Amino acid sequence: MANMAQAVRMALHYAEENLGVTDIFGEDVGAPLGGVFTATQGLKTAWNSPLDERGIIGMAIGLAMAGSKPVAEIQFADYIYNTIDLLKIAGNTCWATHGDWNLPMVVKTPVGSGIRGSIYHSHSFDATATHIPGWKIVIPSNPLDAYGLMISACQEINPVMYLEPKALLRIKGEERIPGEPEDDKLLSKMIDAPLGDRTQWKPQWPQLEAYAVPIGKGKVVRAGAQVTVVSYGRTLPLCKKAADDLANEGVDAEVIDMRTLWPYDWELIKGSVEKTGRVLYVNEDTEVTNFGEHLVRRTVEELFYKLMAPPRLLAGKFVPGIGLADTLEMASVPQQGDITSAIRSLASEQP
Amino acid sequence: MPKPRLLNRDEDSLPLERELLVRMHDLMVKARVLEERLIQMYKQGHGYFWIGGPGEEAFNVPLGLLMKKGQGPAYDYLHAHYRQSATMMALGEEPIGALRQMKNVAADPYSGGRNFAGHFSKREWNIAPVSSPIEVQYVMAPGTALAQKRHGGDGITIVTGGDAGTAEGDFASCLVWSSRPGNELPLLIIVTNNKWGISTPAAGQHGETHVADRGKAFNIRTKTIDGNDPINAYLELKEAMEYVRKERKPFLMEALVSRLYGHSSASGANFVGNEQDCLAAFEERLEKQGILTRKEMDELRNRYTEDMAAMARQVREEPLPAPETIWNHIFAERK
Ligand SMILES: Cc1ncc(C[n+]2csc(CCOP(=O)(O)OP(=O)(O)O)c2C)c(N)n1
Repeated sequence: MANMAQAVRMALHYAEENLGVTDIFGEDVGAPLGGVFTATQGLKTAWNSPLDERGIIGMAIGLAMAGSKPVAEIQFADYIYNTIDLLKIAGNTCWATHGDWNLPMVVKTPVGSGIRGSIYHSHSFDATATHIPGWKIVIPSNPLDAYGLMISACQEINPVMYLEPKALLRIKGEERIPGEPEDDKLLSKMIDAPLGDRTQWKPQWPQLEAYAVPIGKGKVVRAGAQVTVVSYGRTLPLCKKAADDLANEGVDAEVIDMRTLWPYDWELIKGSVEKTGRVLYVNEDTEVTNFGEHLVRRTVEELFYKLMAPPRLLAGKFVPGIGLADTLEMASVPQQGDITSAIRSLASEQP
Repeated sequence: MPKPRLLNRDEDSLPLERELLVRMHDLMVKARVLEERLIQMYKQGHGYFWIGGPGEEAFNVPLGLLMKKGQGPAYDYLHAHYRQSATMMALGEEPIGALRQMKNVAADPYSGGRNFAGHFSKREWNIAPVSSPIEVQYVMAPGTALAQKRHGGDGITIVTGGDAGTAEGDFASCLVWSSRPGNELPLLIIVTNNKWGISTPAAGQHGETHVADRGKAFNIRTKTIDGNDPINAYLELKEAMEYVRKERKPFLMEALVSRLYGHSSASGANFVGNEQDCLAAFEERLEKQGILTRKEMDELRNRYTEDMAAMARQVREEPLPAPETIWNHIFAERK
């Protein structure tokens, strides 16, 4: 099965060929590297930009204004912060012009911890992104969703923020991407650039098929009756694993992958919480003014009388960065054990 | 500074057709009267904030006249700032739109009552939305220019902004992105230098001799021109635009202009006597050369003044946007 980086690459190839994507660009996005996470290798419209994040976002806005369909990359989400006013403008252009202009652009950026990236290569962006109206925000947790969400993003006529959990970029999926060959080694031979001289290399793309994960739709990745766990990105597979493990202890947890943070699938979450009466939100952004806090607020306001226990949020610690040492990173953002104990304690909490 | 090539032409006969001179004058008057009306509306409480371009008509009118107007990459894009009502008038815009934006009524054609005066936007003519943050337009302009370069034809992108704003990194970004060897962009980069930030004089802002000199390090063709002389501005803009259209390369133009009513309503919006008034100077020349009489020019101004007073009265009666419209246009819908 493809990994997430390969899935993103295949989706972008599909989008270049079929969805009118004209430019895939950013720092080191073009040949020879094809992105520091190789997510843009071999793409025919990929090009290297100057090392200038504001220039990258501005270029994407301008291209979108002129009817092109750009996919811009910020190398690490930590470096998107110096473009924040441009992101605000991209988000408000349609509204500010009373619907006169729309910006069909995608901004992709790797987020979160998990590669021992230290202080400036580990931050999340979901809390900040969800604070900028006018954007659609997606975050896949597996290669198939990564493929389908990228295709949806490229079909959008509004700005889409595509957050890539960097810890998951190298993990193979459990489901095949439509058109992906059966043999993983073959896939790698076809689309992964060789080491060394790549000047003559051209990828051999599989016959990919259209497959879109609709923006705004979450997914129940594990059905359960006792407690709802809502997550996305890096922490989603950990939640799924925790729920599977806890099943042996008799805890029956339902796990929801949000997949889209804005607009999000409240109906799915609501239905689940009404059923279980208990909900844990899990993400790894810093916990103060966290997107999960919004979800907790909404849960309290709308579902208070359905609840058996206070809604909980398990998120990253509110510290200025993620330290390099293994112990520091582990202590800063939710890990497998933290999630398991949080679900266990919530499941057993009695009014 | 060497004298700009086309300064002091008033000794000679004027080097543009009479018809064009009369048209430019008409538009300059129209734009000036519009701004004065907007200021008055602000002062009478029919608007919350005024910012605009009285004093820059001699540059902004020729710019609008020379633009290739239309929608899409075959035509010129303008990434303007908030002092360009005269460019809009020269493109053929009706002044009532600006009045509606000042009064923030529902019929405001640029923002539906959401944005400040002078914040124009018109997709039909490739007028990119003006937004308040200074200089952001300079990072977006390379995007439309790249699309145009690819598209072929002779459409160009024009970006304008103030001198103080060139201290922002976005101005440097524009120079970098438009001049990469082999990837040069058809971009006319304009800085209208009125020698002020809000209250900070140019000398307190930056040390280069001319803002335009910054382009030299990027092998960008540059020029500093007198933007208070509409004839000079017309000829210089024409030459620069022809270069950008044909060569598909950037050009950095610095136009020296006046700021006749201060920065905005934030600084009072009162007439500043010691700035050169480009309209008065032009009228003197037109009269001297027998192109228009004082009487004709006075009548023109009176007519526009009356027209716009009537429009302002009309706009005052128009409804504000309905509160529930805050939810409109957050996202575009596929039609
Ligand atoms: C990024 C940003 N910082 C500060 C301001 C506040 N501000 C509005 S106008 C202005 C001065 C602009 O001067 P200049 O660039 O010379 O343009 P001018 O108004 O003189 O045409 C400032 C500081 C702003 N709008 N945007």
